[in-house]
Amino acid sequence: MPEENTSNAKSMSLIVTKGSLDWAYPPFILATTAASMGLDVSMFFTFYGLGLLQKKMDLEVTALGNPAMKMPMAGMHIGMPNLIAAMPGVGSMATGMMKNMIEKKGVASIEELREEAIEGDVRLIGCQMTLDLFEIKRDTLLDNIEIAGAATYVENALEADINLFI
Amino acid sequence: MADQQLDAKGLNCPLPILRAKKAIKGMETGATLEIEATDPGAVKDFEAFCRVTGNELLDSNEGDGVYKFLIKKTG
Repeated sequence: MPEENTSNAKSMSLIVTKGSLDWAYPPFILATTAASMGLDVSMFFTFYGLGLLQKKMDLEVTALGNPAMKMPMAGMHIGMPNLIAAMPGVGSMATGMMKNMIEKKGVASIEELREEAIEGDVRLIGCQMTLDLFEIKRDTLLDNIEIAGAATYVENALEADINLFI
Repeated sequence: MADQQLDAKGLNCPLPILRAKKAIKGMETGATLEIEATDPGAVKDFEAFCRVTGNELLDSNEGDGVYKFLIKKTG
């Protein structure tokens, strides 16, 4: 599959800005799928998205400020008022429920999709500015990634057939 | 009978496609792969996958909630 960067393959470039368990899915699903369809794929992880490059991910989901998040419960779909979602322990409960559903429905884990992305030669780029801003140590991130800035993304994007900001 | 079988039952998007791609990668040109899946989204997705990759979708059918796809490696 993945030819080198000099190939004539179509290409896709993603900016990944969100690092919660739910928002981690769209970029990794698209990246792995595009790579499996022969595209050259690059992902630029910035701000909260950078957490998805941590060696140890501890992803969480919250219903706080997310009225569209309705979980299947007792045959219904139930949302959660902010007042309840803000209470201690409710976030980890929601995360546990989500992870349970993910496993039950045969949906890949983010760890698994990230591994697939690496195997599929997806280019993973962490944002240097985000490292500095949030005082993240380089050695907490995966070893086999690049660290770069906006110009690197722009150069990628210029060549890419698909550009998405997620 | 296909040259190779892939059981993708119970797997959700995009795993059937990712598994199929891995299987095809290891096959000879001209060889065929039969995939069984339970993800209804796989029907459209294997069509798109084959259009983009140039592999040939020889057959696609459904019975008892199991979708079967037959793909011939062309490239």
